[in-house]
Amino acid sequence: MAISERALAGVSKEELSHLLHQMVLIRRFEEKAAEMYARGRIRGFLHLYIGQEAVAVGAISLLKPEDYIVSHYREHGHALARGVEADRVMAELFGKATGVSKGIGGSMHLFDASRRFMGGYAIVGGHLPLACGLAMGCQYEKDGSIVCCFLGDGSVNEGAFHESLNLAAVWRLPVLFICENNFYAMGTAMRKVSALAEIYKRAEAYGIRSEQVDGMDVMAVRRSVDEALKLLRRGEGPVFIEAITYRFRGHSMADPEFYRNKEEVEHWRSLDPITNFRAALLAKGIITEAEAEEIANRVEREVRQSVDFAEQSPDPPLESLYANVYAGPDAPVDGWRGRRGRQSDA
Amino acid sequence: MPELTIRDALREALREELLADPKVFLMGEDIGAYGGSYAVTKGFLEEFGPERIRDTPISELAIVGAGIGAAMAGLRPMVELMTINFSLLAIDQIINSASKIHYMSGGQIKVPLVIRMASGAGSQLGAQHSHSLEGWYAHVPGLKVVCPSNPYDAKGLLKTAFRDDNPVIFIEHTAIYSLKGEVPEGEYFVPFGEANILRPGADVTIVGYSGSVHQSMRAAALLAEQDEIEAEVIDMRTLRPLDIDTVIESVKKTGRAVVVEDDWRFGGFAGEIVSLIQEMAFDYLDAPIARVAGADVPMPYSRALEMAALPSEPQIAEAVRRMM
Repeated sequence: MAISERALAGVSKEELSHLLHQMVLIRRFEEKAAEMYARGRIRGFLHLYIGQEAVAVGAISLLKPEDYIVSHYREHGHALARGVEADRVMAELFGKATGVSKGIGGSMHLFDASRRFMGGYAIVGGHLPLACGLAMGCQYEKDGSIVCCFLGDGSVNEGAFHESLNLAAVWRLPVLFICENNFYAMGTAMRKVSALAEIYKRAEAYGIRSEQVDGMDVMAVRRSVDEALKLLRRGEGPVFIEAITYRFRGHSMADPEFYRNKEEVEHWRSLDPITNFRAALLAKGIITEAEAEEIANRVEREVRQSVDFAEQSPDPPLESLYANVYAGPDAPVDGWRGRRGRQSDA
Repeated sequence: MPELTIRDALREALREELLADPKVFLMGEDIGAYGGSYAVTKGFLEEFGPERIRDTPISELAIVGAGIGAAMAGLRPMVELMTINFSLLAIDQIINSASKIHYMSGGQIKVPLVIRMASGAGSQLGAQHSHSLEGWYAHVPGLKVVCPSNPYDAKGLLKTAFRDDNPVIFIEHTAIYSLKGEVPEGEYFVPFGEANILRPGADVTIVGYSGSVHQSMRAAALLAEQDEIEAEVIDMRTLRPLDIDTVIESVKKTGRAVVVEDDWRFGGFAGEIVSLIQEMAFDYLDAPIARVAGADVPMPYSRALEMAALPSEPQIAEAVRRMM
């Protein structure tokens, strides 16, 4: 899918270069993470976002610092697109104290409250009502801020999806739901388990303005999100965008990928959002080969440095095991015994 | 001191908190126009308006989740769920999100959310409206669980819940909403994690919370009258944090303990208290610790059977007599 001249018009060269940089950063960061996983430096589940970069970068590049982001368990790309430092994201994947969630969250629970990146959540659909609540906060503040909530296609058959969309619609909450439809809920094809596979139509059923967009085209995502944000900031209720995209890798690093054939994957790889965007910028003379090369080199340095940073960072101290179970100055030390946190023992 | 019902004491606490902090708001099923299914929020919609007193769809998962999100955004929400049985529809939000977000964000985000729900049996409401599952919530690190038994505590504990930066599960026993007691005028707070010795005694320690405190007090009176046994009765007030110290001190004095709860006996919270006493005061025990709990059955509708399924003062008194 070629990116049209019209799509690029009116966007500055700096912005376009930034979009390319962000997408390349996510791609290289995750390729490196996969390598680190294979070497046993990263453990647990690792869900890569490779192939879907245009969705995160297209949407998040238009958000204001006071807007909230809520995400799912495939959220590395969203965090990086929000400007969370690659060092601290990589350190989190390594489970180190310097990680963005102090090594407590791991791959699926990246948080950066200072950037209003309110977390990656690993219960499918469970984060949708949180987005509604954050949007109530925006509505309360009346400062025009909004919530951008990413969800996967797998979450649309959860009750949480329906309850949240209903609540968002009746209270006209400023939430932008962006469903990243990559066609597979883990290894189950959406078509096989959904009575209505066109996800945006489900949102429409709640009276929510909804559309489908080419999620492999960063400019198409931006155009759609730009329109949505205008409505949201005017207080005209929630908006739902279904971004059609594809993950090039398995569900997680543990996925043997029995459920889809090579031809299908090859077809989608030919629609690579980064390759095509770079080609368009070069073809239109917006950036030079040398500038594209410079972006690639800069990303290479950033990613290499993030691994060094993670490698050199300490593990969380064992005393931190009980830290932050509770908030507040009188938080119980071990969470349950004793008067106002005084630790008592046999 | 004026006498108030638990219902009115709760209403006072909510009203004071709504007046004290503009970031406080309430939401729940039928809390506004209807006035609350137990009439706790009666009159609030007129006084505070629909922005702060929000009637919600019957959508427990979404409203608890939205409460969590609003708390994350810096508001001080209270979500009312009609009964603890319905809270099971929201249990994913309570356990997978509310209790964990502060921890898994490395302490970056607080969830100051109060979730009120009614619990307990005794009104012939059948199996799906009548259970006491507070022990399940007390099992979860990251949650605080509050179970008041009288109007004074109800008000003071609810106000403490609002000022707490953590998710608080606030359990109200349906059978005692109309119970009256002294509530001082003006603002006061009852801290979490401080059990209350309701009746001093030297012969046996009876531990209860919420509704079971009242059966325990009546059993203690019975024992004093009929058997000259002086029971010390302790109201735990909060299950998490749990003031086990007060229980241990008492058991060291009395040498005997009975733990009373409305919940099912098998795997119930009373077992946790028994276990802690055993771990911390084994050498002081003169008899095995007894439990008096609900029958292991879904709550029957029939009045006679429902009463038989709940702990009673004769059962408690009998448990004490057996260990003397």
